[in-house]
Amino acid sequence: MIDLTVIWAGIIAVAIVAYVVLDGFDLGIGILFPRLDVGPERDTAMNSVAPVWDGNETWLVLGGGGLLAAFPLAYAIVLPALYAPIIAMMLGLVLRGVAFEFRWRDPAHRAAWDVAFAAGSTIATFAQGVALGALLQGITVTGRAYGGGWWEWLSPFSLLTGFSLVIGYALLGACWLIWKSEHGLQDKAFRYAAWLAPALLLAIAAVSLATLTLEQQYYLRWIRYPGILLTAPVPLATAAIGVLFFRAIKQRREAQPFFLALALFGLCIAGLGISIWPDVIPARVTIWQAAAPYRSQVFMLVGAVIMVPVILAYTAWAYWVFRGKVDAAGYH
Amino acid sequence: MLELLHLRTGKPVYDNLYRYWLRIFSVVFAMGVVSGLVMSYQFGTNWAVFSDKAGPVIGPLMAYEVLTAFFLEAGFLGVMLFGRDKVGPRLHFTATLAVAVGTFISAFWIIAVNSWMQTPTGYELSPNGQFLPGPSWAAIIFNPSMAYRLVHTVIAAYLTTAFAVGGVGAWHLLKDRDNPGARTMFSMAMWMAALVAPVQILAGDAHGLNTLEYQPAKVMAMEGHYQSHPNGAPLILFGIPNSKERRIDYAVEIPKASSLILRHDANAPLAGLDTIALADQPPVGIVFWAFRIMVGLGFSMAGLGLLSLFLRWRGKLYDHRLLLRFAVLMGPAGFIAVLAGWTVTEVGRQPFTIYHLLRTAQSVSPLGAPAVAASLVAFAVTYFTVFGFGIWYLLRMMAKPPEAHEPALPNDPTRTAGVTPAPALLGGTET
Repeated sequence: MIDLTVIWAGIIAVAIVAYVVLDGFDLGIGILFPRLDVGPERDTAMNSVAPVWDGNETWLVLGGGGLLAAFPLAYAIVLPALYAPIIAMMLGLVLRGVAFEFRWRDPAHRAAWDVAFAAGSTIATFAQGVALGALLQGITVTGRAYGGGWWEWLSPFSLLTGFSLVIGYALLGACWLIWKSEHGLQDKAFRYAAWLAPALLLAIAAVSLATLTLEQQYYLRWIRYPGILLTAPVPLATAAIGVLFFRAIKQRREAQPFFLALALFGLCIAGLGISIWPDVIPARVTIWQAAAPYRSQVFMLVGAVIMVPVILAYTAWAYWVFRGKVDAAGYH
Repeated sequence: MLELLHLRTGKPVYDNLYRYWLRIFSVVFAMGVVSGLVMSYQFGTNWAVFSDKAGPVIGPLMAYEVLTAFFLEAGFLGVMLFGRDKVGPRLHFTATLAVAVGTFISAFWIIAVNSWMQTPTGYELSPNGQFLPGPSWAAIIFNPSMAYRLVHTVIAAYLTTAFAVGGVGAWHLLKDRDNPGARTMFSMAMWMAALVAPVQILAGDAHGLNTLEYQPAKVMAMEGHYQSHPNGAPLILFGIPNSKERRIDYAVEIPKASSLILRHDANAPLAGLDTIALADQPPVGIVFWAFRIMVGLGFSMAGLGLLSLFLRWRGKLYDHRLLLRFAVLMGPAGFIAVLAGWTVTEVGRQPFTIYHLLRTAQSVSPLGAPAVAASLVAFAVTYFTVFGFGIWYLLRMMAKPPEAHEPALPNDPTRTAGVTPAPALLGGTET
């Protein structure tokens, strides 16, 4: 019989990957925003993501709703454990979301909404990174509930993952601008990408090494034979993509850097999967322990099987419609 | 509706109004998107135990809501906002209809969740205290209060819109009685008020009787009945609930009217809060006042509707300044009534989250009070700022009278996946 729990873990994973791939670069635009000149540069950057940003964020809603529906126990333990970062992320996303709308509506306060956009994006990204780090380093579980205090998420490791994600999304944002813009803004984006990429590779290395020390499970899975045969390609591929990335920047390729940066993120997510599978709360709760009962899984699956492909197809179509370069006046 | 009128009659005034309100709708929708995002996580951050226990039942319903809303947002809204000339008027009308239907389906799922929490049915209890779905999802979704709540809520949404539109129309008529857009706006809104507000009173009454059957303590709080009345209960019109002495001070009552309304028999006995354990009683004051605000506004709405009908018959609909002022005043009435109504039903079901099965105090996350307080303050500050500005922008847009040629939203689907048309609205910045 097919294991619906695994299928649901897959669906949630798809939602998370879709979210990181899609929302990462538009949060990155926000992180880079203060470095862009007021006027055409900022307007162009904003226009490049305006058509798609809120569709991107809906994946986050789907991830949250899906987690509650498919793995209610995980939802109930993880969210209180990550209380402060989740709240910070929400408020950041609210601020930057309305800033998209309000900065055009209210030119008199545009500077203030630009600050809200940049700050909201950066806070949301940092909080996501911190939340990821806090999850990886382990959560205190008592019975069916979170058992730690409200500062447990805070550690040098979670701060490291927070900073790393800010660097990572900023790189995605820069690569998106390389792809979507021209002239001065594109030159600027190339320069940022050239120093954000090595910073990100360093951060990935630091986070990876630190992760090994967190739980015995991680260490055994990555370093010991025969697991290492499976895991070794991940860091090797990361290094190879790093090399390709620098070449693409040097040759001033326009689309390549973005997809290579996405590949870096893909490898990081794969590495994350290797570390924690089949747990939903690392080393504490497996997906089967957290899963909703069979009836709930089947009932939802009907909807998800129909809707998720439709949504993915629609999203792909929307990006196709908005292909090409953008400037301060919008898409050509 | 406006679009249908435009299609049928070809009169440009309907088309113009459609565009006028479409822009306002797009701003409201953008604010809805960001606050909806927050909602999908707050169940977990602040109501963890509830999420764990009720997740298997309500999670799938909420997931369906997200999927519906997602599809609606991604698919048809883009066409509705920007695709008119791309797809032709008929298909565009279909898209608008799809948005309306999608919104209704979205409401359907949310109301199903809320009603299940009020009148839970169709579940099984697991040994570890979780609520599990029984064999029939229909038994969960169509629980006893679901249909009543859905009808009452959806009508309320239509009325809210009607009165907002009517208020804006009346405001512009007071300044310029010949503005054709404002006349149409006002006239349509008043038809809606005259026809739908009385229906809503009937729907509310039916919902109330349903509540009496399944959540009698809530009705006792609404009515202010601390004591049982074996020989017909009075209808307390006004008074001040005194929770210490457990009575209503300065009560203005109609003898036996409450029994007449609730039991259709003036002498029917009606139990009071003295039959409910103190630990299971809702806070009377809030429910009592919120209920009176809602009902008062409901009857004012119906009154305005009937008055407009009378003046329309006398041919003075657009000239009667007192009527217009009344309509402006009632512009936000729908919003206030909706908030009051939700207060009645949510505070009235306390102290439970899942009625009689899970207490609110036992539903919360294991968090320290300072953490919750700090996040509450942060939310309050952010929301006041963001929604304060949002409402200000909306009022600014509404203060502008509808003109003969409302600029269309751009023809090319520049923002099909999103709802942020603002740059386009500043005039042709899209190419």
